[in-house]
Amino acid sequence: MTGTVIGVDVGGTFTDLISADPETGQVAVSKVPTTLDNQAFGVIEAMQGVGVDLSDVVAINHGTTTTTNALLERKIARVGLVTTRGFRDVLELGRRTRPQPYGLKGRFKPLISREYRMEVPERINADGEVVVPLDEAALRDKIRTLVEMGAESLVIHFLHSYKNPDHEKRALEIAREMWPNRFVTAGHEILSEYREYERGTTAAINGAIRPVLDRYINRLQEELTRGGFAHDLLVMQGNGGSVSSRIVAESAVNTVMSGPASGVMAAAATCREAGIDKVITYDMGGTSSDVGMVQGGVPQVTAELDLEYGMPIHVPMVDVHTIGAGGGSIAFVNEAGLLQVGPESAGATPGPICYGRGGTQPTITDANLVLGRLDAEKLLAVDHPVSLEDVRRAFEREIGHHFGMTAEEVATAILQVANNRMAGAIRMVSLSRGHDPRDFALFAFGGAGPLHGGALARELGIPRVVIPARPGITNALGCVVSDLRHDFVNTVNTPLAAVKIEQVREIIRQQINDGKAMIERDGVATRELVYLFSADMQFQGQSHMLSVEISGPDVTREELQRRFDEVYWKRFAVELPEIKAVLVNLHTAVIGKRDSVDLKTLAGTAQADRLEAAQRTTRRVMFAGDWFETPVFWREKLPQSLSLTGPAILEQLDTTIVIEPGDRVTADPVGNLIVEVHDERA
Amino acid sequence: MKELDPITLSVIQNGLIQVCNEMDLAFVRAAFSPVISEALDRSDGIYAADTGELIAQGELGLPIFVGTMQFSTQAVIERAKEVRPGDIYIVNDPYLGGTHLMDVKFVRPFFYKGKLWAWLANTGHWPDLGGAVPGGFSANATEVEQEGLRLPPVKLFKEGTLDEEILSIILSNIRIADQRIGDIKAQAAALSIGDQRLTELLDRYGEDVVTRSIRELKVRASEQMQAKIADIPDGCYHGVAYVDSDGVVDEPLKIDMKVTSKGNRLHFDMSGSSAPCMGPMNSVLATTKSSIYLAMKHIFPDIPINAGTFEPLDIDDPEGTFLYARYPRPVSGCAAEVSQRIAEAVFNALVDVIPDLLFAAPAGTSGNLAVGGYDPEREKAYVMYVISGGGYGGYREGDGLSNGCSTIGISKTTPIEVMEQYYPVLFEEYSLHEGSGGAGRQRGGFGVNYRIRLRRGEARASMVMDHGRFGPLGALGGEDGGTNKVLVEAGGQAYVPPHLSKDQDIQIRAGDCISVSTPGGGGFGDPFDRSPDLVARDVRRGYYTAEQVRERFGVVIDPGTGTVDELETYRLRTAAE
Repeated sequence: MTGTVIGVDVGGTFTDLISADPETGQVAVSKVPTTLDNQAFGVIEAMQGVGVDLSDVVAINHGTTTTTNALLERKIARVGLVTTRGFRDVLELGRRTRPQPYGLKGRFKPLISREYRMEVPERINADGEVVVPLDEAALRDKIRTLVEMGAESLVIHFLHSYKNPDHEKRALEIAREMWPNRFVTAGHEILSEYREYERGTTAAINGAIRPVLDRYINRLQEELTRGGFAHDLLVMQGNGGSVSSRIVAESAVNTVMSGPASGVMAAAATCREAGIDKVITYDMGGTSSDVGMVQGGVPQVTAELDLEYGMPIHVPMVDVHTIGAGGGSIAFVNEAGLLQVGPESAGATPGPICYGRGGTQPTITDANLVLGRLDAEKLLAVDHPVSLEDVRRAFEREIGHHFGMTAEEVATAILQVANNRMAGAIRMVSLSRGHDPRDFALFAFGGAGPLHGGALARELGIPRVVIPARPGITNALGCVVSDLRHDFVNTVNTPLAAVKIEQVREIIRQQINDGKAMIERDGVATRELVYLFSADMQFQGQSHMLSVEISGPDVTREELQRRFDEVYWKRFAVELPEIKAVLVNLHTAVIGKRDSVDLKTLAGTAQADRLEAAQRTTRRVMFAGDWFETPVFWREKLPQSLSLTGPAILEQLDTTIVIEPGDRVTADPVGNLIVEVHDERA
Repeated sequence: MKELDPITLSVIQNGLIQVCNEMDLAFVRAAFSPVISEALDRSDGIYAADTGELIAQGELGLPIFVGTMQFSTQAVIERAKEVRPGDIYIVNDPYLGGTHLMDVKFVRPFFYKGKLWAWLANTGHWPDLGGAVPGGFSANATEVEQEGLRLPPVKLFKEGTLDEEILSIILSNIRIADQRIGDIKAQAAALSIGDQRLTELLDRYGEDVVTRSIRELKVRASEQMQAKIADIPDGCYHGVAYVDSDGVVDEPLKIDMKVTSKGNRLHFDMSGSSAPCMGPMNSVLATTKSSIYLAMKHIFPDIPINAGTFEPLDIDDPEGTFLYARYPRPVSGCAAEVSQRIAEAVFNALVDVIPDLLFAAPAGTSGNLAVGGYDPEREKAYVMYVISGGGYGGYREGDGLSNGCSTIGISKTTPIEVMEQYYPVLFEEYSLHEGSGGAGRQRGGFGVNYRIRLRRGEARASMVMDHGRFGPLGALGGEDGGTNKVLVEAGGQAYVPPHLSKDQDIQIRAGDCISVSTPGGGGFGDPFDRSPDLVARDVRRGYYTAEQVRERFGVVIDPGTGTVDELETYRLRTAAE
């Protein structure tokens, strides 16, 4: 491949871009404010920021929050539903839950309002047999009504369509004839998995955001084409892969969790290069943090995430868990007189006190400032400057006077409580996925991740922290490194002993063929095709599933049994020979590999040959209650031969890295910093 | 000795809860019983070595278990002899600090540096413990023996080894025994995880710091609860709630709740409640107390749970009422139904006094329907449970949620597509129970209608539900929520259970149907104050008919346009004043 490759990620606050020329090794980055009304403006501005000629660009991969924002703010298309008679309320009744365990309050707003949900006579049972034939006249009638009511997008959702899609397929044919645009979605096309609420909601999400995404991508593609770009734009998906702009809107739901996924993809690619096998990724932002896991260079994937209360998305996605703590998390004293941090956040407005936008409550970011970890001079260069003294006074006023503590003591306490809570949350994420965090390295990124990585690792018993070359634009890097990817899931749900193995093989072969066809439709150059095969299995009577890797279309019953036994033992250390295993779902991911970009180039070429030459200044930084006169370095100037013991502060454009006293930091050959965490107990 | 600082306290509090959360997680991940793994019907906690008082409890546990396990741990402490590391007691006796028989507790001594330092305990709802009906919810039981196998505290594990003899007694007396070994291993494994993690916590922070923190956290939790109570104006407040019947004698049971707020303490007097009943709607003392704890936690969701939390609550033992059942009164309905009525009585007592914190009554029934039969095609016996939700009450800021889970639960329903795969049934409907939301300025949420047709063979249906006679209470002038309804169509005959919400062993055959409509939530505030536009929207969505809103909300809908007839609405609403 010759020519420039661009990754551009639109986040809540900033649009980040990386452009890389694999041949010359030239890399440019830019960061511009996200333009919320139309993200395309920011994207174009970021392109201008790196000054590339679009006609030299061979690929642009775009991560967008357009669909996520549309859903969270309910700025979605008006959707109509046709569904099985007797079941139009499935999407409103949900799974009989409430938003939180305690307090019988809370709201839920269905994606499709009840008057737009229509029923037609049709019914297929759990064995896939037709109980009531599809009433086509009634169907036409309902579709006509929905068009008249002004629905822009149509969703077809019938019970047991994962088992027998005939009725949905026929309804789709009829609907395509009648619907005024292309926005028709049938449940089984998006996922062929049982559970009517989850499948229906996933389809409804797709219907609700498809027109929004379609309009956005078309506009952006047009702009880029006008600028000289001669190819199809690629769009990031939640599974960590990308698809071409030609077909992305058909499965718009796949783009919803793409932001966090691209960060994990970047972490996976970086760690593969660096030869690090297992990492927990920790992306700490302003209001929340995302935790993911990578093993053997491959991110863990799940098909069950909730975007918010009552909004499950059941398509294969990089497994990212969001925890409610970020730089803006507010510290306060509760009624029991205990110091608490979060989950309330000051967000971007008013933001931490030091942002000078009217914030008055101490946050984690403010605590980092008071302790000298963040540079007071830089951070305070805002519209309405606040002095460090103002922040210190607020700390004493809001918290210090309760406990008779100084501002520094308050800040130390805030970090201690916050790190303790965040570490607990990371531990739960790791354990609930069956892993002991101590077996992993911590990959810390995002604007605030490198400030806390060392402390969190120590808290978690993790020996090593990896800090990538560009922690603040990792998501854009994920766009640069991601491959084309299409995922397929089919439900079998049969005890292993009763499974017809030829049928299983046929499903996998079909999934492979469908994947190849999709990659062909993408129309993007790929180096090779790679397949990932797995099965969801469980013991009969158990409801939690385990995902096990399998070999592919030649799989045998014995292999399935053996793999399940192995994984179960590893996870629970329990053998249960007396109970039968069930094959629930078959997954296939078809990946079209694109040419890779050399990550080394991200580190730039500014390295000094001596450590002294990289030092900018020193400042007083407090660790565990004591002030240390701490050296401050320019990160990009740190020599390749680096070996430095903390305390130290490493500054770069997109983040600040804290090396705690006793921790030792070195540079690896691909541009990462590796922090060995000093264990005082050892 | 170093003074405890507030940071250490926060960190130790998080640490203790984290230990419990990890036990909760280990239990639910490995459990077989779908009641545990899907419905999350379990809880894990740490209890004091000498008193059995609650030290910490997992955040992911089922709400009904708030505070209950300290009573069963105390029962174990009283009876335990020669306690050794690795021992695990099993107990489910309702009268020894329990709930119903299906809630099986494991209690394990925790030793630190050779000394008994605390107890770790967990509860899991087993799908069956024998008794007259599969699943244990016998609506007609008159003695606890009919409800299943009752286990006093016995060592199921002795120094880490499972006692095969006791196990064989248990497995010989319960249904679907083959899968229980998986649950037993999961339940025991969760306690070992707790043992490891608590040891690590003590190693890290030191025994002395942790011990003193626990003592201090108890005081702080008590102070926190007192601060909340201090905001409730002093006075005596009266609330009521009714159970339809006990399943045997067709008469309502009354819960009479007098809540007295004085300074920073609350006093609960239930002595005016009905006498012990024949059927299974008695509550044991531990469950009665937990139900009040649970209600307080719903009112003040942010208070942490330890023994101190409940210290400012003075609860008189309701001697002589059905809320203090003694052997051999049947009690299977206490955890799933009576507990929720007790909570509703507390809500009802306080909603006029602190309306901004409260809400009108939620549907509050678990809606338990069990259908047991034989599938001739698969040549297999089965028991199918349908557990339903209902509408929540309106509250100051919004309408009630539709199809929320029970007050005591946090679980999800089983999808219809899963039910139909496992059992020979076809659902013909699963829809919103129109009109069931109690009218109010903020209306109640809606219940659910479902209708099941048996596809093959024969079966028996049993149910323990409630709110069939009285809908969930409205508040501040709001209307009560719609009632629970059951209709069985068997052999061309329509049958409504005489007790409306409770019945046992109704025979059905292939082609017969069972229809259930669950309650809506109570309305909050005067329905005539509800925004007419919102009422018109509700009519457009089919939540209510135009006739219903005219009568219940005083809003006239123009039949041509579907919008509010402003003039007629004004006339109707002013005429009512």
